[in-house]
This record gives sequence, structure tokens and C-alpha cells, in this order.
Amino acid sequence: MKISFTKLTIILLILFIMGVFFVSLSKDSMYNTKNLVGKKLNNVQLKSFTDDKIISEIDLIKNKFTLINFWASWCTPCQKEHPFLLSLKGQKNLHLIGVNFKDNKNNAEAFLKKLGDPYHYLARDDNGKQSINFGIYGIPESILIDENLIIIKKFIGPLSKADLKFIKEKTNEY
Amino acid sequence: MLSTLGNSLLIINSALSVIIIIFGYKNLLKKQENIFNSIFQICILQNTIIIVCFFTLITAFILSDFSLIAVYQNSHTLKPLFYKILGTWGNHEGSLLLWIIILTIFSFLFLIINKSHSKNFRIYTLIIQNFIILSFLVFLLLNSNPFSIVVPAPKEGLGLNPILQDPALAIHPPLLYIGFVGSSIYFSAAIASLLANYEGKNFAISIKNWVMFSWIFQTLGILAGSIWAYYELGWGGFWFWDPVENSSLLPWFAMTALLHSLIVLEKRNLLYFWVILLCLLTFILTVTGTFLVRSGILNSVHSFASDPSRGIFILIFLCLMIFASVIIFFNKYKKTYLALNLNSKETFILINNWFMIFYLVTVLIGTIYPIFTDVLTDQKVSVGPPFYNTVIMPIVVLFLVIMTVGPQASWIKNKYYNLSLLFKILAASILINLAIINFFDSYSILSNFIIISAFFLIIHNLFELYVSSKNKINFSKSISHMGFGLLVLFIGLNHNFSLEKDFNLKLGEKKNFNNYSIEFKDIQLIDSKNYQAIKGEFKIKNSSNSISQSLFPEIRIYENPQTLTYEASIRTGFLKDYYLTMSNIDRSDYYNIKFQKKPFMVWIWISVIFISLGGTLRLFQK
Amino acid sequence: MNIKLKALILLFIFNINYVLAQNSLVEKNEIFKNLRCLICQGQSVADSNSEFAQTIKLIVTEQISNGKTEKEIYDFLIEKYGDWIVYKPPFNKTNFLLWFFPYLVLIFGGLFIFLTLKKRVNR
Repeated sequence: MKISFTKLTIILLILFIMGVFFVSLSKDSMYNTKNLVGKKLNNVQLKSFTDDKIISEIDLIKNKFTLINFWASWCTPCQKEHPFLLSLKGQKNLHLIGVNFKDNKNNAEAFLKKLGDPYHYLARDDNGKQSINFGIYGIPESILIDENLIIIKKFIGPLSKADLKFIKEKTNEY
Repeated sequence: MLSTLGNSLLIINSALSVIIIIFGYKNLLKKQENIFNSIFQICILQNTIIIVCFFTLITAFILSDFSLIAVYQNSHTLKPLFYKILGTWGNHEGSLLLWIIILTIFSFLFLIINKSHSKNFRIYTLIIQNFIILSFLVFLLLNSNPFSIVVPAPKEGLGLNPILQDPALAIHPPLLYIGFVGSSIYFSAAIASLLANYEGKNFAISIKNWVMFSWIFQTLGILAGSIWAYYELGWGGFWFWDPVENSSLLPWFAMTALLHSLIVLEKRNLLYFWVILLCLLTFILTVTGTFLVRSGILNSVHSFASDPSRGIFILIFLCLMIFASVIIFFNKYKKTYLALNLNSKETFILINNWFMIFYLVTVLIGTIYPIFTDVLTDQKVSVGPPFYNTVIMPIVVLFLVIMTVGPQASWIKNKYYNLSLLFKILAASILINLAIINFFDSYSILSNFIIISAFFLIIHNLFELYVSSKNKINFSKSISHMGFGLLVLFIGLNHNFSLEKDFNLKLGEKKNFNNYSIEFKDIQLIDSKNYQAIKGEFKIKNSSNSISQSLFPEIRIYENPQTLTYEASIRTGFLKDYYLTMSNIDRSDYYNIKFQKKPFMVWIWISVIFISLGGTLRLFQK
Repeated sequence: MNIKLKALILLFIFNINYVLAQNSLVEKNEIFKNLRCLICQGQSVADSNSEFAQTIKLIVTEQISNGKTEKEIYDFLIEKYGDWIVYKPPFNKTNFLLWFFPYLVLIFGGLFIFLTLKKRVNR
């Protein structure tokens, strides 16, 4: 059977499509924002938990690295990751900011009293609007930024041991 | 015990398929013109066994035999009996059994109904169909067996997803399967036609009723799915261009193109290889759709629980099927010359096919594009309703106009068109459109074109119906075409005149907007058989005619499995539907209310029924 | 016939002019329907009841009242969440093929049919 150019193209096209389908079987169909790194933060307006102070980009530039952790007292995975956050409290070059997300003030304070307060600075986002600015979509979620406010890594969901290791290595190597 | 019975029956049927293939091959080698009696007997046995097998599974569900994994994962003792039965095919494994039943029954029926056709053709069809049946049986036994057991047997099942506990589950899958699984038979027949050199008019006659039959069911199956989505899912829409919906639409485009081309093949013995291609394409699209839906590679509302190993099985089968058919097609393809006059019915049917392929390619590309970007560039993109609507709608305008003019053309060479009548109808359409804009509300330019061309098609077909009934010619074509025009018209009107309002309300409060006022009158707590619910009472008052209606949306909490659903309250009316959903806002005593006024919903459903009605009348004609 | 054609064209133009007197408001519901919810990934922001959807609705409503256009709102959200969040794939180099391939098929299909038929007529 002589194979003409058209027939060859068609067979190759089918092989290509089937090949892509095969590879796609190993991919996760759920979307996450882990790849959205390397961008610079802007329009930061984090309201303080306790008073009317507002922390903005100027304050963040002061730190070599900042880990911004979005949490709430009503979120169970947040309790699981809390020990990891506590272990990061003394980490050199690292500043920890906690953003209390859509939470009740008393519940949040009780949470921190019971489990410990790892944050250098505690902020609150009552209606969730600031979280959108950071590209957050779920709780808990954390972002590691450098002194230029560039996003180094996004941690979707509670921090894991591997995440902890990454943060420690990154902040140590500076 | 039921498990052993079911498994044995499946294994026996696999063996029977092999036997049929072998006997069929032997029959082909023999010169005699009749088919072995033994083949008929084995087919009857094969059909009986698969039906018994299916009833075995249903029995397991009714008896709540949780030793079967499929029953354990998808049923519960407290479920109403109706849904215990329906739950049989409301899951991946059970639905595959339904696939196999239809493959098997169609295989047998095609064999005996097509008595007047060539023996070789019938046997080749039987053999290829049985390769398909065997493949699915192997898939079922090795990967997705509804009879596989779990030891020790659990005392209680996990329950059926509440969204599936709807009467539509009774009809939507069976209708669709008779549609696109049924297309397997003319896939097999097409390959058989190539191998047996049984072509032209005879081939067309052998499959035309099968194509029409599956097309009717596919149309109704898609309708059932849309109605279900509208009444059950709570967002007020009926089509989302979701990958699962697209998977049912793709074979429909191919089937529609096919049933039109078959007319040309039968009447004028032209377009044979194109018809073969469409037959192959329809079932290939079906299996591709099944792959996309069940492998879990696409993000969808409708997903079955996904498992990559399923994907591998289906993909391997798909590859083998495509390559086998492509190789046979290339082997047998002969270049033929198309002797067509540009102004003829044949050309217009080709134009119909041209547009159908356009719709098909658009929907196919939109559906699989995200897969390609993910694999090739590791980026995820979304392709949703805006894409499909933007690309397809302008072309529909052109399509409707051609659809009005085309069917009147005569075979071979058309003499004339009744241009004066066409002008009058076009003018009338524009006037009606102007009246709508004037008395109601205006809409986009594209919508104007769509409404006008839809009326053009509808009114012209009304004329055709009038003429046909006077001359006693069959009018099935006009009914289907008019149905299509009505569908586009009512979707256009529904889209442009729908009203949506999303707001938060507390108990006792009232919201006023446009001509409506909505009062949140009451909340009731309901304790039902397998769920608890918060039922709200809302009074909708239309200030333009002072008519009040009450709507009762619910928030339901099901136990098995633990699910939260939002039940829309829908008041279906002749001219419009009122649609209300209520959802709770965490840590607040406000409820989020979505109110919609949706005109002509019932007419959208009726239009689709008209489309399939035309096909049904056609089936009973000859 | 000529008069009829002119009358028809005039009627058509009148129709279109009647329609053009329409201003386009940025409909917030339309925008909600075009955004995907990242929590309930099969639903639009309009249909979803998740926290995320509710927050996005707040932000979009605020931006509309600040005078932002639809495109600006989508661009903002794409920057924060990626191309995935909008149902309408943006018009860039990568998606060029997506938007144009169907029309290419339409044009080439039509050409193919026309040429195949013409060949025969010329014989």
C-alpha cells in the first residue's frame, strides 16, 4: 500500500492527538495557582488586627523574606499547620505575617492563645478583599516573598514538612 | 452469589462473542448464500444472557447486596426503591453494562432485520460489532466490573449522589446510549461495507433507519440532559458547553450530517466514501467522548468518579479502533468524481454537512484545547460558553438562511426559487423583529440577525407544511427544520429577555427591583426520608399585573453521602418560568437569593421535540 | 423586483438603526458568569456559593462602581489567578489557533467543496 502525503499527515496527526491524550492521563485536572510565581506584589493594604495601623509595601521591603500566612480559627487544616509556623518563628531572615481571614476577633484570639502566636505581625482581612490582591483562593494558604516583594513560592493548603524544609533552606542560603 | 452469577454470565458472553467471530469468519469462507443457523442461535443466547446479567445487577441493587463494590459505593438501604433500581446505571460500572446490552441487542437486530442484504455484508457487520462487544466485555471484566466483590461485605452502602436521585436518571442515560452507542452498528456496517464491497444505494438502505433511529434518541437524550440540568442543578441554565455535554453533542453533529448525506447516497448513488467516513466518525466521536468523560482528564461538573486506569483502557481501544478503520478506509478508498450541479439539492446537502463539520470542529477544539495547552505548555486555560457562543452564533445566522432556501431545491438541477415568496417572508420576519424590539426591549445586532433568520426559517416551513398537507406529501422534513428554527428563536428570546437578580435577604425582608418585589416570608425545617432541609417561602409580586406567586427553594442536607444541595424552586409557565435559589451565608443570618425570570423555557423543550418528531415521522413513512 | 429589494434593504437598515440607540452597561452578572470559581471548579462565580466566589463578587462590584471596564476587571483577575479563571480564553499568541481554527476549517471546507464541484463542471 503506497502511502501518500495526505495519508501520512492524517496518521501522524492521529498519533499526535492520541499521544497527548496518553500524557494527559498523568496530569491533574484540578487547577491551582502554584505556577503564579515571580510576580511582584502591589497595592498591599493589610489592616492590623489590634489597631488601625495599615501595613503596606514599604513595611515589607524591610524584611529579607516574608511569609504571609492566611488563616482562620474556623479552619481545621490551619490547626494542623500551626506547629510548622511556630517552628519558623525564630528563623533568620524570615518575617512572619499572619492574616486572619473572615474571622471573629474573639475566636481568632482564642485560637492563638491556645496554639501559640508565631507571627511578627498580625493582620486581618474581614471581607476577604485583600486576599484577592494576593491571589489567595482558599484557607490556609501562604506566600513566600523576598525583599523585592517578588513571590518566590505559593503554598496552597496547609504547610507540609517539605514546605518547611524549602522555606528554611531558602532563608538560610541568603 | 449474585456476583458469581454475574461474572459467569459475562465470561460466557465473552466466549460467545469469540465464537460468533470464528463462526462468522467460517461462514464468510463458504460460498453458500445463507447464514449458519448456529450463528443466529448463538446471537439469541448472547442477547438473553446479557439481559439476565443486567437484571442480576438490578437485583443486587434492589436487595442492597453490599458485597458488590458497585452496590456498596452507589446505594443505601434507606434509598427509595425507584432510585435503588436507577442507581444500577447511575455509576461507571453499571453504565458500561448498559453500553454492552445496547451493543449486543443492536448487533442481533441488525443481523435479522437486514435479511434482504448481502450475506457477506451482514456477517462482516456482525463480526466487527462483536469485536466491539468483546472489547467492552474485557474492559468490564478486567477494570470496571460491577460484580467485583468486597470482603467482608459492608453492612451499609455509601449512598447515591442526591443530584442523581432524579427521575431524569431513568431516561437520560438510556436515551443517549440508544443514540450514540447505537451508532456502533453503522460503524461496523461501514467497515463491513468496505470489506464486503457492498456499497452505494444498497448500503444506504441498510443503515438509514438505524441512523435515523439513533439520531432521534440522541436528540431526545440531549434534551433530557438539558431538562435535568435546568430543574436539578439550580443555576437556571440548560446548556453550559461542559465537556460532558459536548461529548453528547459531537456525535449528534456527525449523525445529522450523516442522515442528510444518506439521502444523497440513496437517491443518486453519490458521496459513498463521505458517508462511510461519517459513519466511522460518529462512533469514534462517541468513544472519544466516553474517554474524555470517564478518564478524569477534564474538569467537569458531570464527572463520574475518575480513575486513570479506565482512561488507559478506553484510550487503547480508541486507538485500535481508529487505526483499524483508517487503514481499512485508506485501503479501499477509490477517487470518485463528484458530478454535481452547484444549484441542486445535493449541493445544499453538502453545504449542510459543511456547516455541521464546522460546528463539530468548533465544539471539539473547544473541548480538547485545554488538554493540549496543559500537556504542551504546562499552562491551564479555560474554554467556556463565551468561546462557543462567539464563534458559532454568527455562523448560525447564515446557516438558518441556507436551511430555508436549500431544501426546496430539486435533485440534479434546480429550476427556480420562489424568490417573491422568500422576499415576502423575509420582510415579514424583519417586521416581526421590529415589533418585538418596539413592544418589549431591544437587543444586540447579532441577536437581531438571529431572530430575523429564525423567523425566516420558521415561517417558510409553515408555508411548506401548508403546501405539503394539501398535496399529501410527507412533511417530516418541514417539522424538523421548523423545530430547529423554533429552537434558535426561543433560545435567542430567552437569552435576551431573561432577568437575573442576585442579592442577600434576611427573613421578613423585601427586595424591590424592575417590576418585581420579592418578600422572604417564612422558613421551615423539613425532616425527610434521607435528608433534612431548610425550606424558604418567597412571595414574588409582579407589579405590572399584580400577580403574586410563591416559590419554595430548599437547602438540603443529605446523609448518605453527606452532601449539601440547593433545590431551586421553579414555577413553570406557558410564557415564562420563575426560578429561585436560596443559599446560606456562613456566619450570617442573611441568605443569598438568586431570582431569575426565564421566558419561553417550555418552548425550548417543545422545539427539540419537534426536531425529533420530524425524524420519527420519517421513520414511519417508508 | 428592484423596488422590492430596495424596500427590503431600507427596512433592514431601519431595524439596525433602531437597535444602535442602546448603551452598553457593564452588567455585573455577566462578569460573574464569565469567571470560574477556584474552589468549586466546575461552576462559575455566579453559580457558586463558596467563600471565594462571594469575595470575588464583592471585588468585581467594587471595581465596576470605580468605573473599571470589563476588560480591566478580567485583566486584574487574570494577573492574580491566571488565564484559567476566565471562561473566555484571552486573545494571545497561544490561543490564536483556538479562535481561528474553526473559521479556517469553514473557509477551507467551503473552498474544497467549491473546487471539487467546479472541477466536474469544467470537464
